[in-house]
This record gives sequence, structure tokens and C-alpha cells, in this order.
Amino acid sequence: MTTGTTTSVRLTGISKSFLGVPVLRGVDLQLRGGEVHAVMGENGAGKSTLLKVLAGVHRPDSGRIEVDGGEVSFAGPSDAQRAGIAIIHQEFTLLPHRSVAENVYLGREPVRRMQVDQRRMEADTRELLDWLGEDGIDPTVPVSSLSVAQRQVVEIVKALSTDARVLGMDEPTAALADHEVELLYDLVRRLRERGIAILYVSHRMREVFDLSDRITVLKDGQLVTCAPTSELTSEDLVRHMVGRDLGEYYPDRAAPDDLGPVRLALRGAGNARVRDLNLEVRAGEIVGLAGLQGSGRSAVARAVFGVEPFTRGAMEVDGAAHRVTRPRTAVRLGIALVTEDRKGDGLALRQSVRDNALLVRRAALRGARSRAKSDVSALLDKVTVVARGEHQEVRFLSGGNQQKVVLAKWLAVEPMVLLVDEPTRGIDVGAKRAVHELLRDLAKRGVAVLMISSELPELIGMSDRILVMHDGALAGELPAGASEGAVMALATGHGIGDVA
Amino acid sequence: MTWRPRLAEGTAPALLFLLLLLIGLAIVGPAYSEPAGYLALLKRAAPLMILAIGQYLVIVSGGFDLSVGALVTAGVVIAARLIDGNNSATAWVIPLVLGFGLLVGLVNGLITTKLLVPSFIVTLGMLLVLDGATFLWTGGAPRGALSEGFRMFGRGSADVPVLGAVPWSVLILLAILVAAVLFMRGGTGRALVAVGDNEATVRLAGGQVDRLRLLAFTLSGLLAAVAAILLGGFAGVSAQVGNGLEFRAITAVVLGGVLLGGGRGSVVAAAAGALSLEALFTLLNLLGVSGALKSAVQGVIIIVAVAYASLGGGVRQRLRLWPKPRDSVRSAQPASS
Repeated sequence: MTTGTTTSVRLTGISKSFLGVPVLRGVDLQLRGGEVHAVMGENGAGKSTLLKVLAGVHRPDSGRIEVDGGEVSFAGPSDAQRAGIAIIHQEFTLLPHRSVAENVYLGREPVRRMQVDQRRMEADTRELLDWLGEDGIDPTVPVSSLSVAQRQVVEIVKALSTDARVLGMDEPTAALADHEVELLYDLVRRLRERGIAILYVSHRMREVFDLSDRITVLKDGQLVTCAPTSELTSEDLVRHMVGRDLGEYYPDRAAPDDLGPVRLALRGAGNARVRDLNLEVRAGEIVGLAGLQGSGRSAVARAVFGVEPFTRGAMEVDGAAHRVTRPRTAVRLGIALVTEDRKGDGLALRQSVRDNALLVRRAALRGARSRAKSDVSALLDKVTVVARGEHQEVRFLSGGNQQKVVLAKWLAVEPMVLLVDEPTRGIDVGAKRAVHELLRDLAKRGVAVLMISSELPELIGMSDRILVMHDGALAGELPAGASEGAVMALATGHGIGDVA
Repeated sequence: MTWRPRLAEGTAPALLFLLLLLIGLAIVGPAYSEPAGYLALLKRAAPLMILAIGQYLVIVSGGFDLSVGALVTAGVVIAARLIDGNNSATAWVIPLVLGFGLLVGLVNGLITTKLLVPSFIVTLGMLLVLDGATFLWTGGAPRGALSEGFRMFGRGSADVPVLGAVPWSVLILLAILVAAVLFMRGGTGRALVAVGDNEATVRLAGGQVDRLRLLAFTLSGLLAAVAAILLGGFAGVSAQVGNGLEFRAITAVVLGGVLLGGGRGSVVAAAAGALSLEALFTLLNLLGVSGALKSAVQGVIIIVAVAYASLGGGVRQRLRLWPKPRDSVRSAQPASS
């Protein structure tokens, strides 16, 4: 595995259809050892299908796969694994209660005297970790004690332990906090130095420019371009991906006379996770809430919404003090929460678009019942959901469309305070823009929006003011258009004295 | 756009299966060449269909109700003992039996939602408690007798204009089925299915998850009491009247394509599943298959139906890889501003 030979994998003219619908059309892709090759494209462009063809999950309808110059054919993932190809999926596949070493060798445990050779397993795992330069991880500790970033390392070690020389990574930073992303960058660079070929699938422009040597853009299953990263600009990429110019622009910010009365106010509010919160959000403005993962930004939204209520201080909605101890109360006060985990608690995935859009209305309001047929279609039009119809189950929709359904669900009850947590996580460029426009439009109609985001360009581009959290408390406030550096300085705990 | 009946996933195969069975009956059994035969089948199937409707409410919201068989037995035995052949007692015993079912369902629901005991365990415990209590109370042989007025609902017929004599049980079944369909179409019914799909989502939408679950268990108990009244009238008093009905009801619901674990399935299909089960037993009977095979057949059905559902899940997984549909009813353009 540590041999210096450069591997290369070449895919030529790969096509794949599902039930007559072409998903990949004659795509070429070449991966070389020691090179990070990024694949970008909107949702549905064929990125994950391409990854799955490489991993042996799908057999291409036509096209060649060559590994080190010889043509191969994968009947299943185990064939691909034998050829040295492994995929790190978005969802981790580790068993939390087993040790790192046990996870790495799961199903392939070395045996000695009819027993699992624990010592050898741990020694081999340690060797791999050292090789990667990740000696901070102890092979004997349970995976549940590791951070998300460390778990990702274990996933990668697991792949390397099968002698993988080609790694496919599907949105590897999606689950990581900002400071962990840097660690991943280092890791990817180290893998590259050690001759591993990396296929890097990502939505995030910055990441791709920071890491990759070469970029392939797919659109509607076809290869649009494949060029060295140094020859591309982000404007080029966006144009290639969406087929139109769609830069990093954001809707216009609120003008001073757009601002209305204070809708949401916290006065010294706190609970076990956050403390001493003093903030106001006015009708008509979008207030950004920044902070590193674990700084308490999501905890603020959850507390306002009554999931983990405030235990100290006061909260005012439209000028009147309220104690909100459960979501139902919050909803009835006109507060809405778009959570960061769309699939986990934002949608009922097996229910139809219509049922999801009407869920809040039906679940939280009395007597509102289901008398709203025309309303629903108007609502779905407003958020520009693309679905086969109102009765399609939401799990079949793309991430962007699912997020629009989540927004529709709240718009159905016309909230006055909208809390959004990572509103555009994992959705494609076009949907992102639609969500941004929708949020601004709501603000214009007098909704007070509190937006949490770990994507700084989005946060800065959208917010009329930015509040930054650090370690459970507000570290300071920045005006519209503040620099990323200023936000990060506050978020990491520097410069608190300067601003506050 | 052409009109297409909108069926919940898994409903169409259930209805098709029922249709095949009914055709099979018409071929094999001479009694099924005219409507009266089917009416008799429906009458026989009515208690199970009502139980299946109750079971559906619990299953679709993510639970199980194993106590309904024991509840049916308890309902019949209590009614026989209290009425003891005295027709005038019927008027207060019927509400009492219904109230008893409601109460048992309420207790099931409260323990499940407030003490956070899995419903499988709660209702299994309730099954044993009811069985034991019934045995203790009757000493093994139920005493007393049901009145004519009580038995009328299970075996009598009402004169309906145009249609002529229609069994009471069929009329009651239809009324319950219509009510159930309307309920499931309404906001509360849809929220109940959503609870079975993703409880956290409903809670964060401001829904009262515990109350919805409680409602499902209570209605299941109430419907089991209705089934007890019909079965008591139809089959008479015995300490075995409800034996195994909970599993038959679950089989029926699963046969109707309802997802175990909740979140998907239609109430009509669940009722159709119960009718299919009854029709299947009748068909096997006509074909000379031993009645002793009944539970074996039921066992095979429940495994095959669940296997089919999970297999279907695999197929759907593959469908999921389809690209975003472009032939949509809505515009794909971002909102213009």
C-alpha cells in the first residue's frame, strides 16, 4: 500500500441510464496517483452516479474502466475494492461502540488461535494512522469518543487498510465544523503526497479551489469541462455548472426604512448551553448569527423555539414577554424554525409534498384543517418547488427542493419570526439562490429573520447585521458586509475586547 | 392531465389480491355466483375488518396493539355475565363494553406515551392481564348469556330501502370505514401518519405527538369493543372468541400494504387486507384445505407481505437515483424578483 507506484484509473465514455432516463452520457474521467480531482455539478448532474460507477455499485451501460492500463469490470463494490478503489461516503458507516481498530478491520479481523488477534489489529491500525500522520488517535478507544473529523480519519484508514490507492470522497466537509475543515484539508494533502489518487465531490467552491489539482464539471450527466484548477476561475465554474452566469450575488439588503418594530428580543436569556444573550431582531431585517460549531448558535434558535427552553432571562415576542417551553407555543406565537437537519427533523420523508407543506398548519393550529387546496399549490409555486406533483413523496426530491418544502411548511402559517439554521446546506447553486431570494422577500414583508450559517460568504452576503457567538455567549456585532476575517476573529475568541 | 386514482403506495397490490380472491371464490364456490354470498362473506369478515381499522391507526403511527384479541374476549365475557339473558340490560351493557374498550386503549396509550414503554411490550402485557383477569373472573367457563337485542348486531339484518335485508354488522362496518376514511383525510389523520414517519418533525412543527398516539390507541380499543359486540352476536359466548385476533388483525394490515413501523399505508387497504384474509380462508375451505392450516397460512402471509414491502423498498431505492424530474407541473425557474 505504501508503494510509490502511481496508480491511474481511467473511465472512458461512461453512460448509465435508470429505467430509460440517462444519468450519465459518455463521461470521461482520469484519476492519477498524487492528484486531487474534483467533480462539481448541480444536484442531479450525475456526480454521485459517477462515484458509484467507480465504486462498483452501478455497472455502466457502456464505456470502459481501466485500472493501471488494464480494462476491468466490476460486478460489485468488492471487485472495486480489490482493484484498490474505496469510497468515503457522506454518512459514516462506523460502529460507535467498537474501538477504532475493530472498526478498521470490521469483517476482516486478523485471527490467531481461532481468536481475533486484538494486538495485531491495533498495531496495524496504529501503523496506518502514523503513516497518515494522525498519531493523535488511539486505536483502542471507542469510535463514539471521537470527534466527527476524527471519525472521518478512521473511515479513511479503514479504506487504506484494504490497500486502497484511489479514494472517492463524497462531500467530505458536509459534516464538519469550520475548524475541522482545515484538518481535513491537511489530511487530503497528505494523502496526495503519499501517492493516493483522490476523486473529490463537493458543492463548495472554495474547497475545490483550495484542494484540487484538476476540476471536472458535469451538467445533466454530460462532461462540460475538465481542466487544471489553475486555469479556472470561480466565475467559470459557476457558468459551467448552471449554464448561465450566476455569481456569488445576493439579493439587496434592507434599506433603513424597511425596518419595522422589534419582533424578537432576548434580555439576559440563557440556559445550560448559552448565557447572557441580549439581542433584538426587527421586522424587515435579516440578522446573521455566526460562530463555530459548538459555540451555541444553534442552541439559541432551539431555545427561542422552546426545544431546549431558556431557564434565565426574558424573551419578548412583538413586545410582550413570553415563556416558550415547547415548540407548539413558539409556533402559535408566530415563530418558525428551519432546522439544520432537513431529513432528521425537518421533513416526514415518506409523506407527500402536500402533506409536508401542510404539516405545521395541521399539527399546530386548531380548526385550520385541510381546507386549503388552492393555497398549497400557490405556496409551492412561491417557493418554486420542482416535483412531479403535490403527491410525490418528498424523499424523492433533491436536497434543494426538499429545503423549499420545509420553507413552504412554515410559510403556510405566516410566521413573524423566522429562525433558519444552515438554510442552504447541501443544496445546489440554483436552489441556494432561490432560498436566498425567498428569505429576503420574507424580510421585505415584515418577517424578522435570524439566520445561522457556517458558510461565511452566505452569512456576510445575506445579513443586515451579523452577531457572532463564541463559547455560548455573544462575542460581538458586526455591520453588513463585514469581512470574513472580522467574523472569524470574534468567533475564535480574539478581539472580543475590541468590539464589545 | 388524465385522472388517475391516487392510491397510497402498497395499496394497489392489496386491492388486486382481493379482487383475485373474490374471482377465485366465484369460480370455486357456487354460493358466490350471487351477491348474497358476498354479503355473507362481508358479514363474517366485518369484525376482523373493524379490528384491522383500529390496528391500522396504531401501526401507521408507529406502534402495535397486541391487546385487541384479549379485549374482544373480555368484552364478550363481560357482556354475557352482565346481561345474563336479560334483554333489558342490553341498553346499558353495550355502552359499558364500549367504554371498557376505550379505557383499555387509553391505558395502553398512556403507558406508551408517558412512561415511554414500547407499545409492543405494553400491549403484550395488557393481553396477558386481560387474559388472566378474564380467566379468573369466569373460572375458565364463561357464565351468563347474551340477549337477543345484543346478538342482533352480530347476526341480524336491517331492512334497507332498495337493497333489502343488509346485515347490521355490514352497516356498522361501512359507517366505521367511512368515518375512518374521512378522519385519515383530515388534518389529524395526516398528522398521525406523519408521526409514524418522523416524530421529531411533527413535534418541531408544533404537533402534539403524545396526544395523537394516545388517540390511536384509544380508537383501537374502542373498535375492538365494537368487534367484540359483533363477534359475540355472531359466534356466541366463549372464552376463546378473541384468541389470536390481534395477530390476524396485524396480518390483515400488513397484507393491506401498510408499512410496519408506520408512516405509510391507507386505511381502506388495511380493511381490504382483512377482507382478503377472510376470503382466503373461505377459499381454502372450499378447496378442502384443512382448517388447521389457518395459522400456518397466516404466518406465511405476514412474512411474504413484509418481505414484499422491503423488497419494494429496494426497488424504490434504485428509483431514487433518477435525476431530478424535469417534466414537472411547476416552473423550474427561480423566483423572479
